[in-house]
Amino acid sequence: MTIQPVLELEELTLAAPSTEILVNSISFSLERGESLGLVGESGSGKSLTLRAILGLLPRGVEQTGGVVRSKVSSAMVFQDPRGALDPLCPVVKQLTEVVYYRQRTSLKAARRIALELLERLGLPASLKTKDRYPGQLSGGQCQRVVIALALACKPGILLCDEPTTALDVTVQRQIIDTITSLQQELGFAMVFVTHNLAIAANLCSRLVVMKQGRIIEQGETHSLLRHPAEAYTQMLMDSVLPLPELEGGGVSWK
Amino acid sequence: MEVALQVQDITVRYGGFTALDQIRLELARHTTLGLVGESGSGKSTLARVIAGLITPDEGQLLLGAEPLGKKRSKAQHKQIQMIFQNPDSSLNPRHTVRQILAEALLFHRIVERSQVERRSKELLSRVQLDAKSLDRYPHEFSGGQRQRIAIARALSVEPSLLIADEPTSALDVSVQRSVLELFHTLQAELNLTMLFISHDLGVIHAVSDTVAVMRQGQLVEVNSKDEFFVRPQHEYSRELLSAVPKMPQY
Ligand SMILES: Nc1ncnc2c1ncn2[C@@H]1O[C@H](COP(=O)(O)OP(=O)(O)OP(=O)(O)O)[C@@H](O)[C@H]1O
Ligand SMILES: Nc1ncnc2c1ncn2[C@@H]1O[C@H](COP(=O)(O)OP(=O)(O)OP(=O)(O)O)[C@@H](O)[C@H]1O
Ligand SMILES: [Mg+2]
Ligand SMILES: [Mg+2]
Repeated sequence: MTIQPVLELEELTLAAPSTEILVNSISFSLERGESLGLVGESGSGKSLTLRAILGLLPRGVEQTGGVVRSKVSSAMVFQDPRGALDPLCPVVKQLTEVVYYRQRTSLKAARRIALELLERLGLPASLKTKDRYPGQLSGGQCQRVVIALALACKPGILLCDEPTTALDVTVQRQIIDTITSLQQELGFAMVFVTHNLAIAANLCSRLVVMKQGRIIEQGETHSLLRHPAEAYTQMLMDSVLPLPELEGGGVSWK
Repeated sequence: MEVALQVQDITVRYGGFTALDQIRLELARHTTLGLVGESGSGKSTLARVIAGLITPDEGQLLLGAEPLGKKRSKAQHKQIQMIFQNPDSSLNPRHTVRQILAEALLFHRIVERSQVERRSKELLSRVQLDAKSLDRYPHEFSGGQRQRIAIARALSVEPSLLIADEPTSALDVSVQRSVLELFHTLQAELNLTMLFISHDLGVIHAVSDTVAVMRQGQLVEVNSKDEFFVRPQHEYSRELLSAVPKMPQY
């Protein structure tokens, strides 16, 4: 392939001084506009990997080997939307400030850009006239604000850490549809961490499977799911819990 | 069928906003009620009312035949345990896992002091954590591992009613399955009645006997599991069921 990747991880290793190695020599790359799914068991190092890409490792965790090479900026959407917002600052104001500092516009232009973003993410139009605190929005609305905050940084890579697990499935679907259409329009690449292989399969063109800090398998989504090389991957697939067929059917995922 | 808990016309308001609107519900003993619904529909509020963390504006609760008043006895507190959406809210960050488990076991006199260590290790192995974890602090674990510690803590006092608010949403599927199996085993061993809240309809299908659906502070459907998943009564239930992400079929 001649396409230049926007992100390359080469033998990245992370460790806590007191304990064992937490992320062990992992390598993968991401192309412009690509969506990569990062899946694996609890504690396998998915969140730490995202934080290393963002350059924001938690206290007590260090990069002890390898490199993260990235030509573009990244922004992250965390699992808990309420925790990522300042509870004491109304949301339009929060977003306007981020646009103002990151896009270096005038305050007036920043506010216009912020409102445009919020509208595009499907937040209530009433925010234009009456700003609200995070506590006055539902979980799904808060997560949309968090996505807007991430996009306001004009990232080349959007890092998503289980962004929809706390939301009901109808809102989950709306948010994933929104991310997908914004991605087509704005062209950012994405690393999407999820424990739900069905979401990853619907959203990502490539999958990386992690286990105990190592990558055990990676590849194009459909060929990987058709012929998983590792029993662990097969186990992850088998444990997507089945549902009986809904009588009269429903609107299905693409 | 014996009723473990009756929720009678419970209403909760936050200022002028009605979060729960006259909720009426029964939990049959030794069964699991799966509670699903819109984000912000009042599921956690209902869970908190039952756990005694919020006093409702109207209505009352009966545990068996006993009304649950404003001030609950220590025994009533022990009977109803809760696992939260966010495990951090039930784990003291300054205590090691050893201290967290010992405190619960001793406060409710579940075992003698000499047996605390052995019981703590048993509890950890039930939630598939290493005995080495006893000396670590909550922040040294991943999100999923912290939730397993919270589950061990709630189970340690052997409650009769366990409320689980999104207990597995931070867990990946392999652990999720083992935690669900754990709930099954414990339900049989400890004669548990469960209220299980989740957005994951696959999980609800796996654990529930009955399913209740909430929207905007109201209960819109209560149905047997088998009916709900095939022939839901309410249009919103159908909307929820059709939005579930599915694995591609090859
Ligand atoms: N600050 C820290 N200090 C020490 N160890 C840590 C720290 N943060 C995480 N770990 C450990 O690193 C490993 C990977 O954690 P990470 O949070 O990346 O897992 P994860 O794949 O995101 O899991 P989950 O699906 O449960 O969120 C875990 O074993 C965890 O216990
Ligand atoms: N302390 C509070 N003050 C004011 N409003 C509140 C408070 N706590 C909750 N609410 C509001 O009450 C409603 C019900 O909240 P609740 O947390 O019970 O919903 P939920 O069904 O558990 O949602 P989710 O699926 O997102 O967890 C929401 O609209 C929420 O914004
Ligand atoms: Mg994580
Ligand atoms: Mg809730």
